[in-house]
Amino acid sequence: MIGIDWYLALSAVLFIIGVIGVLIRRNAIVILMCVELMLNSVNISLIAFASHHGDITGQVLVFFVLAVAAAEAVIGLAIILAIFRNNLSIDITKVNLLRW
Amino acid sequence: MDYLYDLNTFIPATIAAAAGLVVLMQSVYKVKINTIFGVTVFSLVVALLFALRDLFGPVGTSFYDMVAYGGTAAFGTLLVITGTLFCVLISRDYLEAIDHHYGEVYAMILFATTGMVGLAVSNDLIMLFVGLETMSICLYVLAGLIKEEKTGAESALKYFLLGAFSTGFLLYGIALIYGATGSTNYADITALTDISPLFMAGSALLLVGFFFKISAVPFHMWTPDVYQGTPTTLTAYFATASKAATFVALILVMSRMMPEIEGVGWTQAISVIAIITMILGNLIALVQDNVKRMLAYSSIAHAGYLLVGLAAGTADGYTGVLYYLFAYTVMNIGAFGVIAFYERNQALDFTDVNNYAGLGYKQPVMAVLLSVFLFSLAGIPPFVGFLAKYYVFAAAVNAGHITLAVVGVLTTAASVYYYLRVMVFMYFREPHKEFDLVNPGAIFKYALIVLCVLTVYYGVEPVFPMGSLIELLTSYYTETGPAGMAGP
Amino acid sequence: MATYAFVLLAVLAVASALAMVLNKNTVNSALFLVLNLMSVAGLYLLLHAQFLAIIQILVYAGAIMVLFLFVIMLLNVDEEESLFDKFRAIYLVAFLLGVVVFGQIVYSLGGVTDLLPEISADMAYVGTVEAVGEVLYTTYLMPFEMTAILLTAAVVGALMIAQYKVKTSDQEE
Repeated sequence: MIGIDWYLALSAVLFIIGVIGVLIRRNAIVILMCVELMLNSVNISLIAFASHHGDITGQVLVFFVLAVAAAEAVIGLAIILAIFRNNLSIDITKVNLLRW
Repeated sequence: MDYLYDLNTFIPATIAAAAGLVVLMQSVYKVKINTIFGVTVFSLVVALLFALRDLFGPVGTSFYDMVAYGGTAAFGTLLVITGTLFCVLISRDYLEAIDHHYGEVYAMILFATTGMVGLAVSNDLIMLFVGLETMSICLYVLAGLIKEEKTGAESALKYFLLGAFSTGFLLYGIALIYGATGSTNYADITALTDISPLFMAGSALLLVGFFFKISAVPFHMWTPDVYQGTPTTLTAYFATASKAATFVALILVMSRMMPEIEGVGWTQAISVIAIITMILGNLIALVQDNVKRMLAYSSIAHAGYLLVGLAAGTADGYTGVLYYLFAYTVMNIGAFGVIAFYERNQALDFTDVNNYAGLGYKQPVMAVLLSVFLFSLAGIPPFVGFLAKYYVFAAAVNAGHITLAVVGVLTTAASVYYYLRVMVFMYFREPHKEFDLVNPGAIFKYALIVLCVLTVYYGVEPVFPMGSLIELLTSYYTETGPAGMAGP
Repeated sequence: MATYAFVLLAVLAVASALAMVLNKNTVNSALFLVLNLMSVAGLYLLLHAQFLAIIQILVYAGAIMVLFLFVIMLLNVDEEESLFDKFRAIYLVAFLLGVVVFGQIVYSLGGVTDLLPEISADMAYVGTVEAVGEVLYTTYLMPFEMTAILLTAAVVGALMIAQYKVKTSDQEE
């Protein structure tokens, strides 16, 4: 039987892949997918902790995270659509009108 | 559990949510926009009355310990509802001028308010997360309201990507805290006696998520861009109501969730963040020519002052932060409101400070109002901004954080320059060309005058109906406040 | 048996996540994310979270990813010229940040490995639809209702942003 720590390590690895993806990619859609990956990796941690504690709270939180992730995806894609209409590109390095 | 009793403790947010749904249906059936505006204002006034009632009501938790009521939570609700009400009042004419005045905007504002209240009263990490996200989703939409222009869509994209990114960190923090303690409830977590590295890592990530939302310095990059690209009256909403809700939630987390063990309060880390936030926010604000960006950096600086009170970590500190949030809400909405008024005039680009030359003598009432709000933001004595800063810095000194107070006072002195600069342009420079300003409109004008009266009134004599406001806030942390917060 | 399943699913999840980040083609990235979500759903099953495993596939891998693919096809920008055309300082920052956060997490996990050995025995009764549904409508009623507002706001908001020209209510009259 695999211990909880392996699930947690897997979750940390996936989270870091997501973070690095957000920071290095330039395509807004891929960045959004990396954010989804981050949320998803946290879900693994939550469910692993819930299993460890024999408690349902973690699973309920995962349920809410799924709802939030869906909402974020919808809003994010709508914003990307609006950006595309203005710029004909979803490359975030070309979205730089506002600079201090 | 008695549902009706519990609902009674959460009534301002319930009203906001119901009004949001009503407004949404009204805009589907093409009801006149002024009716929609009226419904929004009416519901917010009713919610405000209930929030005022709760201010003096009992303290406790409801909905199976999910939300807190009374005390700090009630004051947070009041701040959010007040901020929303005034932002809505100044929004109508402005949104009409920029041709983005439709019912869905009010629905989104009301839904965001529901989320903010949920965030400000949360007593459980799950409630915190859901409230924060409800607020954020609506704010992303409002940031992208002027989607036809590049700046609008761009500010929405930046806000969204960084907001979603920070949500990931916040959520990971919640997951680790849950793993370390087996619960998401503040009361269970604070009862902890043994602190594991897991808990420390979790609370650190949670704080990082919070710092993103309140735009403390290493995590502030999105703020100026978003504030510039968003319609000005909604920028006021972002800068005040959402910041107030997040700070109240942060106070609840710090005072009710963190176990009372040495080193768990993160005082050192928050102090460092506060110092660099105050210094950088004020320094960059000095060189801004765009008024909205200047106010964005000033709002970053104000987040620094608020963190000073939080770093103090005493009852005094939390009281000071709450008072500061009230002052900040009032004066900042006022300042953004007057700028929104100038922007309604298409004659010149009134986001550029150079075009404020000579404005002091056209519509003198508006110019005086802006001067009062800017003086107050700068922390000059007869106004509420001064008292707020005084309470926060005094708390820091009493808690032994002399450095924080010294940096705070010095950066405040520096900040006077960029606030006064606007006034110098308004009163002592000749205008570049001739133009006439539009009529501000009655609702708009009286909303700003009420804000101005509040700014002066609480600065001169901080008397609240039924006792002084600061005494009321202090009482939350002495008699009926959270456990273990035995303050002076 | 469970060990083999875990190793298989974990390798699949990490590999597909890496493939998603490193792939130039956006459609391929999205499909790798679907693979990742499916293998994570498998992990949920190993942890006895049956309800969430099904929801994960229905909502995430199903609905959300279809939406992603739909937008990618609609925008028709599936190729990024080059992923690493020039070295940018952000890569270094990203790498350092990743290492720091990872190190911190592994360190904090290292301190508790002894405390977290096995899956609790009660787990078989916890992850069912019945158990999750019951607490959703009692203990977590408030966040659940708040989620209703969240989803309504998301749907309306997405329309507000994505619609090309919104008519004001008064224009109709």
